[in-house]
Amino acid sequence: MFVIKYRKIFFGISLVAAALSLGAIGFLGLNLGIDFTGGSIVELNYGADRPEIAELRQALEESDFSEATIQPAGEESIIFRLGALDEGQKEAFIDIVSIGNQEVREDRFSAIGPTLSSELSFRGVIAVILVVLLIVFFIAFVFRGVSRPVSSWVYGGIAIVALLHDVIIPAGIFAVLGHLYGIEIDTLFLTAVLTILGLSVNDTIVVFDRIRENLQKKVSKDFSETVGISLQQTFARSINTSLTVIIVLLALYFLGGTTTREFALVLLIGAFVGTYSSIFLASPLLVAWEKWQKKSNQ
Amino acid sequence: MTFHKVLAVLLLIFGVAGGYFIYISETDANSPWYRPFSLGLDLSGGTHLVYEADVSEVGLGEIDEAMSALKDVIERRVNVFGVSEPLVQVEQVGFGDGASHKLIVELPGVTDVEEALSIISETPVLEFKLEREDGPSQEEINTQVNSVVASASTSSSTVDLTSVLANISDSLYKPSGLSGKYLEKAQVVFAQAGSPGAPQGPSILVNFNNEGAKLLAEITEQNLGKSLAIFLDGELISAPVIQSQISNGEAQITGQFTIDEAKELTRNLNLGALPVPIELDTTQTIGPTLGQAVLEKGLYAGVIGFILLSLFMILWYRLPGVVAVLALIVYTIIILLIFKLVPVTITAAGIAGFILSIGIAVDANILIFERMKEELKDKNKSLTEAITEGFKRAWLPIRDSNLSGIISAVILFWFGTSLIKGFALVLLIGIIVSMFSAITITRTFLLALPVGRGERSKLIELLFGSGFPK
Repeated sequence: MFVIKYRKIFFGISLVAAALSLGAIGFLGLNLGIDFTGGSIVELNYGADRPEIAELRQALEESDFSEATIQPAGEESIIFRLGALDEGQKEAFIDIVSIGNQEVREDRFSAIGPTLSSELSFRGVIAVILVVLLIVFFIAFVFRGVSRPVSSWVYGGIAIVALLHDVIIPAGIFAVLGHLYGIEIDTLFLTAVLTILGLSVNDTIVVFDRIRENLQKKVSKDFSETVGISLQQTFARSINTSLTVIIVLLALYFLGGTTTREFALVLLIGAFVGTYSSIFLASPLLVAWEKWQKKSNQ
Repeated sequence: MTFHKVLAVLLLIFGVAGGYFIYISETDANSPWYRPFSLGLDLSGGTHLVYEADVSEVGLGEIDEAMSALKDVIERRVNVFGVSEPLVQVEQVGFGDGASHKLIVELPGVTDVEEALSIISETPVLEFKLEREDGPSQEEINTQVNSVVASASTSSSTVDLTSVLANISDSLYKPSGLSGKYLEKAQVVFAQAGSPGAPQGPSILVNFNNEGAKLLAEITEQNLGKSLAIFLDGELISAPVIQSQISNGEAQITGQFTIDEAKELTRNLNLGALPVPIELDTTQTIGPTLGQAVLEKGLYAGVIGFILLSLFMILWYRLPGVVAVLALIVYTIIILLIFKLVPVTITAAGIAGFILSIGIAVDANILIFERMKEELKDKNKSLTEAITEGFKRAWLPIRDSNLSGIISAVILFWFGTSLIKGFALVLLIGIIVSMFSAITITRTFLLALPVGRGERSKLIELLFGSGFPK
C-alpha cells in the first residue's frame, strides 16, 4: 500500500501543517470572541439603506465607543463588537449608530460578563482534556485483545496524536482567518473542535478495527503489510464517509444561517483533516512504532 | 423472507404515518395533535440572563438550599408576569470555596431587556433598622443637607441625591438584623373608621416566621423607647417608636400609601425577598426576525444537504443506495418525532448538529455496503448470505466508532452552556438512533428485496455493484 510505503512523506506533510498552525497560533494569536473575553455584541438591522462603514466609524470616533469593531452581516445588518455595556449604555450606543432615515431594528444584543466568560474558558479546557483522556482509555480498552506486535495502549496513544493534529490545524487556520478577516473564536468553535475529536477518532477506530481483524486472521506475517491491506480495505469507506459529512456541511456553510456559518467551516476543515490523519497518519504511525520497537529490541 | 417483507411494509407505514403526524402537528393549530417543535431562544427570540449569586454570607452547607430558594423566588416573579414557558435554573461551577453560583433565566418572547430586568428585580428589599444612639442631631443633618444644596447650586456637576440620603440614613440608623428574609406573609389592613389615633388610609401588616418573630421580640425588648425604622428599597417608609415588646411576630407598616400602592407592595413582599443577593453578569437578546431567518436557512440547508447526500448514495451504491436513502428518511422521521414528543428544544446549533448527524448516519450504511461488496467478491455466496455476513462483520466497527462519538457528545453536554447543550443532545440522539436505523432498518429493507436467493444474475451484479463500472 502506497500509504505505508511513502509514510515519511505523509508524516512530513502533517508535521509541516501542524508546525505552521502552531506558528500561526503563536505569532498571530487566537482571536478570542466575547464568549471568552467578556464584552458586548450588538446586531442592528438597518433595512435597505445601511450606512457605510466609514460613516459609522466616524460617528463612533467622536463618542465613548471608539474602540467598537464594525462588521457587516448579510445585506442589511451590521454587527458591532465592543466592551461590556449595560442597558443604558446600549441605548446610548444605538442612538449614536442610528444613521439614516429608516428605523433601526435591534436584532441581537449580548453582553457577556466576566463570570460566564472565565468559566467558559475553564470548562472548555477541561472538556477537551476529558474527551482526549476518555478516548485513549476507550481505545486501549476496545483493542485490549491485540497486544502483539503493538500494545493496545499504543493504539490509544497514536489516536491522540491524530486527534491533536486534527485540532491544531483548524485552530491554526482560524488564527490566520482571525488575523485577516477578524473571524473570532467563540463557543461554537469550541463545540466544533470537540465534535471533530469525536468524528476523527471514529475514522481512526474503523481502520484500527480492520487491522485487529486482519491480525487475528493472520492475513500476512508482516505487520506493515497487514496494516497496508487493512487501509486498502477501508479506503473507500473512509473517503465516502468523509464525503457524505462534507456534502451536508457544505450545504450548511453556503445555505445555513449566519450564526452557524463559521461553525460549519471549522467542522469542514476538521472533517477533511480528520480523514487525512486516520488514513495517512494514524495507521502509518503504527507501522513506524512497530519497526522502531523491533529495532530497539535487537 | 416473508417476515422481512412484512416488517419492511410496517416500517414504511410507520414512516408515512410519522411524517404525516409531524406535518399535521406543526401546521394545523386546530388539530388535537397540534404540538409544534419547541424552539430555543436563539430561534424564537427572547432574552437569556445570567446572574451571579453572592453566597459569601451563606454557610457552605446551606448554599444549595439558598440557591434553590432563590430559584423558587425568581420563578414566582417570572410567572406572575405571564411570560410563556420561562426557564429558571441554578448552576454551580467548581467546588467548595472557589465555586461560583449562577442563576440562569430564559424568557422566550421578551426582547426588551429593560422589561426583563425589571421582572427579575421587581421585589422590594424590606429592612428594619434601629436608631443609632450616636447618630447626628437634627442640626447636623440640616448643615449637611444645606452644604449639599449649596454645592449643587454653585458647581455644574450633578449631585447624586440618593447617595446623599443613603449616607444620612446610614448615620442615623443601623441594621437590626431583621429583614424581609424572615417574612412569612404581608397583607393590607385598613384602620377602623373613627378609632382614635389610628393611621389614615391603608397600612401593611407583616407577619414573620418563627425566627423573625424571635428576632423582633429581642429587638423590641432591648430597644424600648427607640425608633425602629422600616426601609423599603433603601427608602425610609416609617420610623415608629417601640412602645412595648412585640412577641407575636407581627409588625405594622404605616405610611402614606394609596390603596393601589399598598396592594402592590404587599404582593411584591409576598413574592419574596431574595435569599441571596444577585448581580447581572450576562445578557443575551435575540430579536424574533433574526431567529426566524436562522431557522428558515437552517431548514433549507438541511433539505438541500439531504438531497445531495441521497444523490451521492444512489449514484455510488445503486440499489443499496436507494435502500440507504429510504432508511435515512425513516431515521429523519424518528429524530423529528423524538424532538417533538420529548420535547427537545431546537437551537441554531441544534439544527447544525442535526444536519451533521444526517451525514454521520449514512456512515454505518457505507461501512455495511463496503463490507457487503467484499463478501460479494466470493462468487459462491448468494446475495442474502453476502448481506447477512456484511452486516455481521460491520457491526463491531460501527459500535466502537459510534461509542467514541457518544463519549464526545456526553462531555459536550456536560460542558455546555445552553447553546452547546442543544447541539450535544441532538448529536447524541442522532448517533444512537442512526446506529439503530443502520442496523435494523437498512437490513430489513435489503432482506425484503425480491432478489437474493438462488443464482446471481448480471442484473443483480449491476444493481449491487458500486462506484464506477470497471
